[in-house]
Amino acid sequence: MMYGYAGAILRIDLSRGSVRKEPLPESLAANFIGGRGFVAKILYDELAPGIEPFDPQNMLIAATGPLTGHFLPASGKTHFGTKSPATGGYADSNMGGHFGPQVKYAGYDVLVITGKAASPSYLFISDDTVEIRPAEAYWGQGSITAEKNFKDRLGDDYQILTIGPAGENTVRYACISHDFGRQAGRTGVGAVMGSKNLKAIAVKGTQSIPVADLKDAYAKGKEAYRNVMAKPGFEGWTPEGTAGITNWTNEVGVFPTRNFQTSYAEHYKDINGKAILDRLKITDKGCFGCPTPCGKYGHTKTPSGSAYVEGPEYETIALFGGNCELKTIEEVAYANYLCDELGIDTISAGVVVGWAIECFQKGILTREEIGRDIDFSDLKTVIFLLEKIARREGIGDLLAEGVKIAAEKTGQGSERFAIHVKGLEWSGYECRNAPSMMLAYMTADVGAHHNRAWVLGHDLAGAWTNVHDLIASGGGDEAQPKAVVSDRSAQYVIASQQTRSLFDALGNCRLQMMELGFEEEPYAELYSIITGRTKSWEELLNISERIWHLTRAFSVREIKNFGRHLDLPPARLYEDPIASGPNQGHVLSRADIENLLTWYYEARGWDQTGIPTRETLVRVGLPEVAEDLEAKGLL
Amino acid sequence: MKLKAFNEKCSGCGTCRLACAIENFQEVNPSKSVLRIEARFPAPGDYRIHLCDQCGVCADNCPEDAIQLENGVLLVNPDACTGCLICVEVCPHDVMFEQPQSDVPAKCNLCGECAVTCPRDAITLVEEQN
Repeated sequence: MMYGYAGAILRIDLSRGSVRKEPLPESLAANFIGGRGFVAKILYDELAPGIEPFDPQNMLIAATGPLTGHFLPASGKTHFGTKSPATGGYADSNMGGHFGPQVKYAGYDVLVITGKAASPSYLFISDDTVEIRPAEAYWGQGSITAEKNFKDRLGDDYQILTIGPAGENTVRYACISHDFGRQAGRTGVGAVMGSKNLKAIAVKGTQSIPVADLKDAYAKGKEAYRNVMAKPGFEGWTPEGTAGITNWTNEVGVFPTRNFQTSYAEHYKDINGKAILDRLKITDKGCFGCPTPCGKYGHTKTPSGSAYVEGPEYETIALFGGNCELKTIEEVAYANYLCDELGIDTISAGVVVGWAIECFQKGILTREEIGRDIDFSDLKTVIFLLEKIARREGIGDLLAEGVKIAAEKTGQGSERFAIHVKGLEWSGYECRNAPSMMLAYMTADVGAHHNRAWVLGHDLAGAWTNVHDLIASGGGDEAQPKAVVSDRSAQYVIASQQTRSLFDALGNCRLQMMELGFEEEPYAELYSIITGRTKSWEELLNISERIWHLTRAFSVREIKNFGRHLDLPPARLYEDPIASGPNQGHVLSRADIENLLTWYYEARGWDQTGIPTRETLVRVGLPEVAEDLEAKGLL
Repeated sequence: MKLKAFNEKCSGCGTCRLACAIENFQEVNPSKSVLRIEARFPAPGDYRIHLCDQCGVCADNCPEDAIQLENGVLLVNPDACTGCLICVEVCPHDVMFEQPQSDVPAKCNLCGECAVTCPRDAITLVEEQN
């Protein structure tokens, strides 16, 4: 018996209409833990090289981890993985909510979906009953509308995933939606789901997950809850959730604003966490087992429309409130709702819209091409573009490709302010005076996402600091000194990449540790008690390192001419000084950027073109990957 | 003692249901739990906790008098229960459950684990008031 795990992989071939349940291999669990480890290993081993992201052969994987669904704080994570529509390389995107635990209670650790259904379909899972069912009636519906309709039809005890029109129309940053407000937002996993004609997955489970020592696991789980709730951040951070960082990111000048022209939004107090509590919130909305819910569910009213909506969370505030300069929390929340219903990632959408507005202001995109005038601080602009994007109508067809491809097609210098790395749009932290965080964005395996490493504490407080303490210490709106660029950034970033990515393998949320300062040891202890595989945190980190090199190797294999140039940020971020705010005038030079990469590659054991060396791959237990890359002439 | 729910504090995390299943059935399997969280989304956007408040409707309707008060808690006597499941039908909170591997329905035994583990004090054990 594989304690901690459900013990099975469910394989669904939509082209053949077949489903197959097979045992979870012991070696997979032992060497790759779960979650993104499973995603990386399955993609590398099973996806034929060179398959296009929207080819039916591409895989859509939903993987839980050994901690998912167990009794400990915030054990509700699911990892979705695929070959990335955003970058062409490795992709995963994690989601909270209640889906992953339910998959395990149904008896599966991983769903591996391949092929393409002949017509719109949904996957129905109730324990051992697995069926591919018609979904024509739901096709075209928004994500939230469709979820409600599936719940009404199947029952409230089913956990539902849906895509919206954006996923159906393969918008490269379409998300997978769940629980009326949680998303696997990034890397275009929803577009891959749409390319397979898969509208939804419904799952209900009534089985037990085996535990090596349940009594001990329950006692230690309760202790973990008590200790998380004793942290100062529990009372201080929880009320506003991620939105609570909005004041701080402005006070220290890292808030992306007006398509990253600046890093400070003067109106930030109209779009912060307090504004949500004062003007929108109905209830806290938590993921499975979570004592510190990020979700603030509420209702927003604007002259352009009203809606129930979960959020906005920080990233949406940053990209719509800052990058598109929407002026009120109500407007940001309405943009959030529209993205949720259309099934679009709010981060990428905020970058794409910001880029389009700047292109219009510079005369690069014209009124005739767009269909109307567009501007910052204009909710109608955002609504117009999101609707066009989701349906790939007019200008939306270009913008649906993501900012990298859109800029390459548009040219005229627009590439230099298309804010992405490798094709994934940049999330909510501006880094021209934050070298460690800049390096984190440059080297994240999925593209410019903060999920893999968050090291602003190093840049701004000089050491690892949990988010609550950073917020509590305040920023002050004062002019910031120019950051020192040193090789220590590489160490900070690697440590963070190892730690945060480990949570993504364990299937547990990292927020209690990263945001509140909860310790790491209890996670190793719970892993050991639940699975019966005794491992220290250090040993688990070693596996996390293995996974990191594997995802890099996958992108080396899949992206033509992969190399150092793909780790660079857009020119704006090393040429244009920040226009205003606490970091006004600061910029990292191209030489600084190159130095950061050099130090990082050395510390990672990669050559200076950014490719893992044979020695490194062997050292971390991936000799077969070294052989494979060598055989392909890539090493 | 009895359980009391504070709906406005609930965030729908389901910790209570998992704790209930572990404590009473020794299973990591919330489908066995004997309380329900109703998530009312997208509108009105809130949660409703449904739990046993020992109201006694089940006992009043049991044709075998198999549900009896013991130390202040209404419990099903498995020897007297015939599995007719009338109690499941009449429970006003829908928190008596048919069990897949037993004829005897599952009912809250006031163990209190839901209240102990709720991270938001949305469920508490309170002194009974007449």
